[in-house]
Amino acid sequence: MVEKQGTGQANTEAPLPAAIYAERVTKAFGEGKKKVLALDDVSLTIEENEFFTLLGPSGCGKTTLLRLIAGFDQPTAGAIMLRDRDISQLPPNQRSVNTVFQDYALFPHMTVAKNISFGLEMLGKPKDYIKKTVGDMLALVKMEELRDRRTDQLSGGQQQRVALARALAPRPQVLLLDEPLSALDYKLRKEMQIELKQLQLETGITFIFVTHDQEEALTMSDRIAVMNAGRILQIGTPRQIYNQPADRFVASFIGRSNFISVEVLSVEGRRARLKLSSGREVISPLPDNWVPRGRVTAVVRPEYAQLVAGSGDEGDLQGVLENIVYLGTDTQYHIRLPDETTFVTRSQNQCQETEAFEDGQSVSVVFKPEAVQVLRS
Amino acid sequence: MRIPKAASNPVSDMQRSRTRKNWLLSAPALVVLAAASSGPLLIVLVYSFLSAGEYGGVVWKFSTDAWFNVVFFRDIFDGTTTFADAHMTILWRSVRLSFITTLITLAAGFPTAYFIATRPRRNRSLWLFLITVPFWTNLLIRTFAILEVIRNEGLINIGLQTLGIIDKPIQMLYTDFAIMVGMTYVYLPLMVLPLYASMERLNFSLVEAAYDLYATRHKVLHRIIIPLVKPGIIAGSILVFIPSLGAFVTPRVLGGGKKMMLGNLIELQFGAGRNWPLGAALSVTLLALVMAALLMYVRTTQRHSGSVR
Amino acid sequence: MIPFIKKRPPFSLKRQPGFGLIAGLCFVMLYAPIITLVVYSFNAGKYISPWEGFSLQWYVAAWGNEAVQDATMRSLFLAVQAGIYSTVLATMAALGTTRTRPFRGLMAIYAMINQPLMVPEIVTAVALLILFAMIKSLTGIQGMFYLVIAHTAFCIPFAYLPIRARLEGMDLNLETAAADLYATPWKTFWRVTLPLLFPGIIAGSMLAFVISLDDVVITEFIKSSGQETLPTYMLGQLRRVVTPEINAISTVLLGLSISVVCLLFFVERRSRK
Ligand SMILES: Nc1ncnc2c1ncn2[C@@H]1O[C@H](COP(=O)(O)OP(=O)(O)OP(=O)(O)O)[C@@H](O)[C@H]1O
Ligand SMILES: [Mg+2]
Repeated sequence: MVEKQGTGQANTEAPLPAAIYAERVTKAFGEGKKKVLALDDVSLTIEENEFFTLLGPSGCGKTTLLRLIAGFDQPTAGAIMLRDRDISQLPPNQRSVNTVFQDYALFPHMTVAKNISFGLEMLGKPKDYIKKTVGDMLALVKMEELRDRRTDQLSGGQQQRVALARALAPRPQVLLLDEPLSALDYKLRKEMQIELKQLQLETGITFIFVTHDQEEALTMSDRIAVMNAGRILQIGTPRQIYNQPADRFVASFIGRSNFISVEVLSVEGRRARLKLSSGREVISPLPDNWVPRGRVTAVVRPEYAQLVAGSGDEGDLQGVLENIVYLGTDTQYHIRLPDETTFVTRSQNQCQETEAFEDGQSVSVVFKPEAVQVLRS
Repeated sequence: MRIPKAASNPVSDMQRSRTRKNWLLSAPALVVLAAASSGPLLIVLVYSFLSAGEYGGVVWKFSTDAWFNVVFFRDIFDGTTTFADAHMTILWRSVRLSFITTLITLAAGFPTAYFIATRPRRNRSLWLFLITVPFWTNLLIRTFAILEVIRNEGLINIGLQTLGIIDKPIQMLYTDFAIMVGMTYVYLPLMVLPLYASMERLNFSLVEAAYDLYATRHKVLHRIIIPLVKPGIIAGSILVFIPSLGAFVTPRVLGGGKKMMLGNLIELQFGAGRNWPLGAALSVTLLALVMAALLMYVRTTQRHSGSVR
Repeated sequence: MIPFIKKRPPFSLKRQPGFGLIAGLCFVMLYAPIITLVVYSFNAGKYISPWEGFSLQWYVAAWGNEAVQDATMRSLFLAVQAGIYSTVLATMAALGTTRTRPFRGLMAIYAMINQPLMVPEIVTAVALLILFAMIKSLTGIQGMFYLVIAHTAFCIPFAYLPIRARLEGMDLNLETAAADLYATPWKTFWRVTLPLLFPGIIAGSMLAFVISLDDVVITEFIKSSGQETLPTYMLGQLRRVVTPEINAISTVLLGLSISVVCLLFFVERRSRK
């Protein structure tokens, strides 16, 4: 650490330190029998200017991790670094990190403008600087007209904007957002998703965004960390997470998945030669740090598979069409395979399409070899 | 015209009969309260405009003497009129001591309520219980307990003497200080309870937000917590101020006959003073002061729940 | 930018410096005088202090004191009656003022019920003194009746509060369900509403009992001669040189109030679980 001290000031050639670096962070609540491991040995690196999303089901520890970064709680073990500085023991008012709270936590006894200026006042900024920044922030979130409104007289979307402006005003190094959109209705949520992303690009501040909505995570993030039960299961770009889910949980949590049992014939580097139950052999990429052996589970996304009437080629999965679900933009087909599992395919609807299949019909499922992704287990 | 009216009748009839039932249920309590609590207050007002009887009681003759006597003093011998200094002293003492008591209970009660409100949820009711227990015990006994602590042979003086800090007891009993200590002691729970109620409702994520925005502990207290629990502060202050103003037992026991408050002055008029109309006028004065305080309270709470500060 | 970070206790968001200390002092101050009073009730000496050894003699003295016996009986008699009457009245009023659409006069009823809490006791005492003196001189009727009605009146708001709170927390559907099962309104009241309301009624009546038992000011003003209650008897005694007998009486009275309040606390805790 001592050697790196100079880097922040002049040495621009050296790579920027990570915005946030969490090293083997563990957080336990309670004692003895009631002990809950909210975070279990979590490590992650979040780069400067990144839109980073923590995604996971309720109770997986997302808020806990955010609160540790913000400084509201201290880790039981491990360290959190902000641009190379260990902040684990620093109180929240000494960290250049701001939070947009899940319930916004706007000060009800202050106006919109007062809320936004609060952080700047606490930092002891000069009056005219505060005035200018508040004006800029109000413009940024398009709330100029409501600057003297009390915050309890605002709609949900407006409160959301004020919370954003308030957290952005001190220009923190990292902005934490805890499910900021969950209280909004669907349409407003969609709008705010775009605005948030836009804001992140404009300000260049690192965003750490928490959500349990996979669609939100996929559309907004540069990278996503999928969490479950206090652990990080996979970190990657939305594409990586979707196309190469690391394990069964990630695969089923994000999008729909068909799980099929495959046999590993051989492993060559990061690829494996697999044999499907129908007898076909395919080559597919492997998740990191994982050498499969014997029978393993693989995933095939419904939209990567197609339905063909009749028995198809040799080696295709055969089955009986059990159910057709019309979804407007596309149609889902539920196929019962010989081993009594259900396989789902999905195809986009075309205009003037006539019903090509019917229930009870014998069908086969076709997909490309790349569609098969082996899962860690 | 008639048909819609007839159609709406069953509903409004039902509503009306329900209202009648509600009134009937409340009536007995209201009658008792009217007879033995609010009604008699009117009689006090009437009495304040009558002439004093020679041996107590009143003579049914209209007179403003009592009200005159509240403020002025007429010498029986030379007939000169002066300001009723004694009354003014007592009135001033009542207001001043009540005010100081309110301030002290606030200074002590605020941290206490905050302390309770920040305990783990399952322990809070126990702490709160510890505050309420003295409140539900006899006021006279609590005042008596204070008397034992501060009198010349009391705990404090004996303690200080054994420690050699003083060599003769400090006279605390029968002073304004004694009354103030006593009122602070007996009314402290009245301050803590409403303060706690508003602190318990305090959304602590606002405190987190303030720390997140670089506020220090001091700033969090002054800019966030105190403004947000202001309704509790006002309610607690009113709850302490009003009974302090009308205090009777505490000044009587701890102030002796020397340091009187309004309540004792009133009692005096119905006892040894034998001037019932003056006592009545003083009672009305006290009631007016209390009502003014209450009105101010209602005003401020309305303003707080209303628009921008 | 110095990598060395001083080890300090974890930052607590809720802590405010000194608050715990002040709170601790408050709790000590609240209880220290009461505890002193209780301790000295066991003093063997002739005066309250100094301490001259443990003895129960003052309890024995109080027990044998006819004036104390008399005042105790009167206090209990008064508190029980005022407790019962005010609870009945408050229960009816609570039934009439909760879970109803706002009707005209509702606010007035609230104000009326809470009025004794707002007016200084001394003013009410004076008012009752005047009223009762008038009635007595007009009709010549004497007796405990005056004390009972006065106590009942100022106990009503205390009995009303917990009963109303209980009613408001009650599920209206239960009564609708009973009515749905062919219970008449009267039956519904006796079999459903009243049993559910019971904890509130118990709490209300106990509070009323304690409040009546503790009253000094109003009783002091309106009692006729020979109608001393325990508190007014003690107030009278305080004018003289006090012996630990007062401490002994106080301790018993304290014990009674505190056990009632403790009982309430634990009953409420259990009913919430
Ligand atoms: N203060 C606390 N005391 C005890 N347990 C806690 C505390 N805070 C969180 N937990 C536990 O830690 C686990 C993780 O909680 P956390 O709030 O981080 O979940 P989350 O991922 O944010 O969930 P959600 O999506 O519902 O907000 C949960 O099992 C929760 O019960
Ligand atoms: Mg959460």
